[in-house]
Amino acid sequence: MTSAFTPLTVLLAAMFTLAPVLIIGAPYESSMGLVQKIFYFHFASWMGMFAATIVCGVASARVLFQRRAASDITAVSAAELVVVFGIIGLITGPLWGRKAWGVWWTWDGRATSALVLWLIFVSYLLLRRFGGPGSERLSAAIGLFGMFNVPFVYWSVNLWRTLHPKTSVVPTLPVDMGLPLWFSTVAFLGLTTVLLALRTRLERRKSELDALHLAMDEDERE
Amino acid sequence: MPFLQAIWIVTRKDLLVEFRSREVVYTTLFFAVSVLLVFSFSFVREGVAIEGAAPGILWVAIAFSGTLALGRVFERERQNETLRGLLMSPAERPAVYLGKLLGILLLLFAVEIVIVPLVAFLFQAPLFRHPVLLLGLLTTGTLGFAAVGTLFSAMLVRTRSRDVLLPLLLYPITVPVMIAGVRGTAALLQADVDLPMARAWLSMIVFFDVVFVTLSLWTFEAVVAE
Repeated sequence: MTSAFTPLTVLLAAMFTLAPVLIIGAPYESSMGLVQKIFYFHFASWMGMFAATIVCGVASARVLFQRRAASDITAVSAAELVVVFGIIGLITGPLWGRKAWGVWWTWDGRATSALVLWLIFVSYLLLRRFGGPGSERLSAAIGLFGMFNVPFVYWSVNLWRTLHPKTSVVPTLPVDMGLPLWFSTVAFLGLTTVLLALRTRLERRKSELDALHLAMDEDERE
Repeated sequence: MPFLQAIWIVTRKDLLVEFRSREVVYTTLFFAVSVLLVFSFSFVREGVAIEGAAPGILWVAIAFSGTLALGRVFERERQNETLRGLLMSPAERPAVYLGKLLGILLLLFAVEIVIVPLVAFLFQAPLFRHPVLLLGLLTTGTLGFAAVGTLFSAMLVRTRSRDVLLPLLLYPITVPVMIAGVRGTAALLQADVDLPMARAWLSMIVFFDVVFVTLSLWTFEAVVAE
């Protein structure tokens, strides 16, 4: 664990305290009302999910092609984060949809492909858990496929032209809405980094502990 | 050994084994027909199929029977450790992958030859109005499904709960191909046929085929290595 961990955690705590203040301060959107405020965390959590997806995909590629055992720890930690941030996105999305379109769930392009991406990483974790020995390399292939699915998720809304706000909405937001949005996004990306660091440390400590146990058993036998 | 020859030897071996027992073809076909039967209970009301149900039924039947065939073909390789022998042979790994893929594809095409007319027959679907486009959708869609399926089955061979894990891993990844297959077929079946739409979905499947086959060729060697 690097020395940057503690300052980063403090900074993030400050950012997550400030984010609600900024979001309350943002202008009231006339058609959506209060529900529009979901957007600041909805978008940010999907960005966190995409970042974790890319980390998992790159780490998986290193497991597969360079046979780096250390990358495997990163990959599985990132996959867990994909699932966690995905849950946030999948909960906030229907809350928005209920107000905007009158239904909790629509099979529109973006929602469907985001759900599919989330399912891929749930299957990744299931494979890790129930695949038995040797499942590291197999799940690495799933991680790689999952990462290559991200551009598909991003462009699908433009292809399928459905209900979800298009990807061109975000850059054209007025500044007083854009600021809290990007602030939340940076905070979520920071959270992804910190959680990833924590999770990989936990995994590393676990394998150290296993090694110690093994060494102890051997000592007793002698 | 030349690359193409190696592919053909692997495929021919699979076909030869299959011709002797016909186990996979018979069981998969019977399973596909049973799936169609189950669907007919829920989607045919008063003798008439629900509008727009046929494309979904067709592709779900293909996906289900494809999963069954993949599982059986690789179970056969596992029983006598023949997959290891195949990987130790002087053939290049991509050739082994492509050979297995070709064998699976031929099997699935054989199944489709039966179930496509059966869907048209049981669900009153005008499937043969645009045979060339339908053939294109079926060929490319099956290729995309089988490309990922062959890779995943090969890597799951040595895993404990492989029968449960295969569909679990395969379906989410191949969803884009399934969506495009169903939508493309639906565009051909609706009252006013939407040819540009069908072609758009077809090109989307082709795009995913390229992505899936490239990724599979790229990862196959690393995934099956011991």
